[in-house]
Amino acid sequence: MLITCPYCGPRDVIEFTYQGDGNRERPQPASQNLDAWNAYVYDRLNPAGEHNEIWQHSGGCRAHLRVVRNTVTHEILSTEFARGGHKSAGHKAGVRS
Amino acid sequence: MSPRRTETGGRIDRLRTIRFTFDGAAYTGHAGDTLASALLANGVTLFGRSFKYHRPRGLLAAGVEEPNALVTVLRGEVREPNVAATMVEIYDGLVAVSQNRMPSLAWDINAVNQLGGKILSAGFYYKTFMGPVFGPLKGTRFWMFCEHFIRRAAGLGKAGTAPDPARYERMNAFCDVLVVGSGPAGLMAAKAAADQGARVILADLEAHFGGSANWSGETIDGLPAADWAQRMVGQLEGNDNVRLLPRTTVWGYYDGNTLAALERVTDHKEVANKGEPRQRYWAIRAGTIVLATGSFERPLVFPGNDRPGVMLAHAAERYAVEYGVLPGQRIALLTNNDSAYRSAVALKKAGAAVVAIVDVRSDVTGDMRRLASEAEAELLTGHAVIATEGGKALSGLKVQRFDAVSGALSGDERSIHADCLLMSGGWSPTIHLASQAGAKAEWDPARQAFLPPKPTQHWIGAGAFTGSFSTTEAIAEGRAAGLQAAGGAASSALLPVVEAAPGDPDPAPVFEIKAKGKSFVDFQHDVTAEDVRLAHREGFVSVEHLKRYTTLGMATDQGKNSNVPGLAIMAEALGKPIPEVGKTRFRPPYTAVSIGSLAAERFGDLKPERLTPMHDWHLANGATMYSAGLWYRPMIYGHAGETVEQAYVREAKATRDSAGIVDVSTLGKIAVQGPDAAELLDRVYTNMFSTLALGKARYGLMLREDGLAFDDGTTWRLGEQDFLMTTTTANAGKVMQHLEYFLDVIWPELKVTVTSVTDEWAGAAIGGPNARAILAACVKGTAVDNATLPFMGIVYGEIAGVPVMICRLSFSGEMAFEVYSGAGYGTHVWEALIEAGKPFGLVTYGLEALGTMRIEKGHVTGAEIDGRTTARDLHLDWMLSKKKPFIGSAMMDREGLIASDRLQLVGLIALDNRPLNGGGHIVEELDEANPHGSLGHITACCYSPALGKYIALALVKGGKARHGTRAFVSDPLRNRFGPIEIVSNHFYDPDGSRMHG
Repeated sequence: MLITCPYCGPRDVIEFTYQGDGNRERPQPASQNLDAWNAYVYDRLNPAGEHNEIWQHSGGCRAHLRVVRNTVTHEILSTEFARGGHKSAGHKAGVRS
Repeated sequence: MSPRRTETGGRIDRLRTIRFTFDGAAYTGHAGDTLASALLANGVTLFGRSFKYHRPRGLLAAGVEEPNALVTVLRGEVREPNVAATMVEIYDGLVAVSQNRMPSLAWDINAVNQLGGKILSAGFYYKTFMGPVFGPLKGTRFWMFCEHFIRRAAGLGKAGTAPDPARYERMNAFCDVLVVGSGPAGLMAAKAAADQGARVILADLEAHFGGSANWSGETIDGLPAADWAQRMVGQLEGNDNVRLLPRTTVWGYYDGNTLAALERVTDHKEVANKGEPRQRYWAIRAGTIVLATGSFERPLVFPGNDRPGVMLAHAAERYAVEYGVLPGQRIALLTNNDSAYRSAVALKKAGAAVVAIVDVRSDVTGDMRRLASEAEAELLTGHAVIATEGGKALSGLKVQRFDAVSGALSGDERSIHADCLLMSGGWSPTIHLASQAGAKAEWDPARQAFLPPKPTQHWIGAGAFTGSFSTTEAIAEGRAAGLQAAGGAASSALLPVVEAAPGDPDPAPVFEIKAKGKSFVDFQHDVTAEDVRLAHREGFVSVEHLKRYTTLGMATDQGKNSNVPGLAIMAEALGKPIPEVGKTRFRPPYTAVSIGSLAAERFGDLKPERLTPMHDWHLANGATMYSAGLWYRPMIYGHAGETVEQAYVREAKATRDSAGIVDVSTLGKIAVQGPDAAELLDRVYTNMFSTLALGKARYGLMLREDGLAFDDGTTWRLGEQDFLMTTTTANAGKVMQHLEYFLDVIWPELKVTVTSVTDEWAGAAIGGPNARAILAACVKGTAVDNATLPFMGIVYGEIAGVPVMICRLSFSGEMAFEVYSGAGYGTHVWEALIEAGKPFGLVTYGLEALGTMRIEKGHVTGAEIDGRTTARDLHLDWMLSKKKPFIGSAMMDREGLIASDRLQLVGLIALDNRPLNGGGHIVEELDEANPHGSLGHITACCYSPALGKYIALALVKGGKARHGTRAFVSDPLRNRFGPIEIVSNHFYDPDGSRMHG
């Protein structure tokens, strides 16, 4: 699998660390809504198909990327910095983000 | 010259004689021979004993698909078992031995298994050894009795136990076009792509490029095909864009056009050149792959088809044409297709007598009849072989009339005298890599074969791989594939002209001749046609079940010969067409891959090591090192004759009595800097850091999002916006990643940078009643008295001319200081401290004494922060701020995490004054025979010199409520039982008067 890091270009997956489902939404820090916290900490989408994921380029620039990946074919549809900004590919997958 | 060696021909060098041994007997061969061709030339017919029945077996094939002739190659003490003799190139001094025989290949006592064929049928193990015990001869217990004998009798080669001294290498390669297979199709593809300027890699698992051109006897562009192939290779060699990889098996096709290949660099050499690895693991990333992997000839299934001397037709042709070896003097053929006729002619030309061509088809073309007469062979159409004769070599066969449609045999049996029987059951494209890459294969009823699926990745097929079995088609498809792969336009230039024997690529749909006797489908695992039918009768209908029940296709050859015949027999039993029975998806690796090549540089000398700046000093001063992750840390600085326990007790005691010093450079250190640095720390630590005064340190605790404890350490405020965070050695990387994740993904608005500075600093912790006096003796530029350097204070000074940063904090419970200097000056500062400590009897201490002192103090480490404990469990609830949210604050108060019966940190004292063990359980009632009722377990233990007792930290239900009560340790694994007292984890100086000074 090759992931195109917006800084470093296409790099082998061994340079990256999977950092989980990119669809999770962290509640406000002071929130006491346990259901929301529970969903954030434990609930994961597990689609067979396009998935919104967070990967860290841990063996490179260490930036976190938002990656849309097809979990069936392992095709990478798009990557962009998790904190926003540069995108590596124009494709925008139809997944909630 | 041996009787089987032809006078001329082949690519062997008859002027170079190679000496080798097989099963201890000396043989000679020629340069260019494989072990198989050389032994065959010496008249050897018996190569191995079969897996289950110990039947004598000879060569079936000439290439990578060989199932029978598996040998063990010895290099000194190192054994490489289960290597196909067809893939071993001989070299002077080669030592190979046969497998699965006792005492010798010719006389094998387990051959008696052949008599027990009915008992050893499919499912033998399940039927005999699974389930309840009904009598002495059934069930799992019977298996436990028999296993030893069966393991010795069944199986293939024995793995060695000697460590492998060979070096393996990993290479990453990138190319525009990877061509797999170097037959005419692959050569054309590589040439066409290279001519377009593409970067090309051409890989072939054989030692010599050319594939079928090396033995087909065809003519290409007026040249013998083998010469044409060598000319093509010569042209490719001269091209800078082309990398040629012979002896390289592309064994895995992974996502993103990443392929794995194994190059056998020196396996064929007596002595490797300096610097050459034994094997090289290639990770190849290719823009486009051209799959020109050719096809396998299929065996036919009939009684006695496994007798030595029964061989695939093209294999015999290869031995004769490529190696100049005749597999027999009187050769018969059995075929269901046209390709065997060409083989017959080739063997006739090489000097053998072709006594008969037995064709299951009643009608054959005039072209085939002409070829049969050219071979001077009797042509028996509408016939089949129903039996073979002979022991360790074939002596004859029996044929009978055969109806290819009904499969019925009729008429009189007729005997034919022959010492070699060749069979051809049609051809199966080698679609393994395409199958690995994704989609399922498609059955082609005309070719009676599975053809490659539509590409799911960027690959293009060419030649026999696609089911185009003629060289003319291979050449055209190869060039088209190469051009397309390199992005070139289709070419109308003339293609090389091929002169080849005629023939129809489509075989008759005959896979088996049913007659009396064992007919083998899978030679390597001894699976017969009857086993497949038995599996069907017992209800195994899917191909996946069939495979597992009979073990068909599960041997080291992974069904390269048996896959299609096995499916065909199952399909017939089910009354279904072959494609409906299913298709096994091929998975990597295509052939066996050495573990050494996969480990490559990650093993041995090249494994990374992390050494502290003072590492060499520790070694020079008697430290026994301990590996902690990638780090090496002193365990003890033992004196002569001391045990480990004596050493750490001495070190710890001396520290508490006077002073000790320990290398703490491995602690994780992260610079947290920026306007929002304090805010970040408030969010990730459970306690407050924004209130920390400049020049002070604070102990901090981090939780995970789920509210469980994550890591602890001190963080020092060096500036308004500048903090130095320390982490435990083990969690340094994880904490860094944790901070980066939150800064990048969750809180990108925070203006903070985090930088790992672990390797920038050397750290020495010096503690004990005299620690301050030692510092005072060597530190310049600052005072270190209580007013200037209070507990948790930080000062800057100089030691031996080197700037240092000193923080007064204590892990040992003594008055202690951590002295940090630039990593390059670590040893310099360390030596100055040692020198200053001499008048005070300063000792160096290692991890054991460090651990002992922390247990005495009741501090937690990773053994207690084990991913299951909360701050409360560890009595760190005083650190949970109520003034702010922090990571884990919302989840840490969940019901299950505050329950009263959670395991909590306590101290233990062994009342029988014997050592305790980590992992030992705590019980209320001691029952050595039936240990039960665990209250918790020991996390760390030591002999405490301060208390004069064996003590431990433990996580125990109820925790504090049990202080002062007695219980027992129950450790059945180490047979350690005995009474203990549960106490506070703060064994030593609980009010901290020593460290606060």
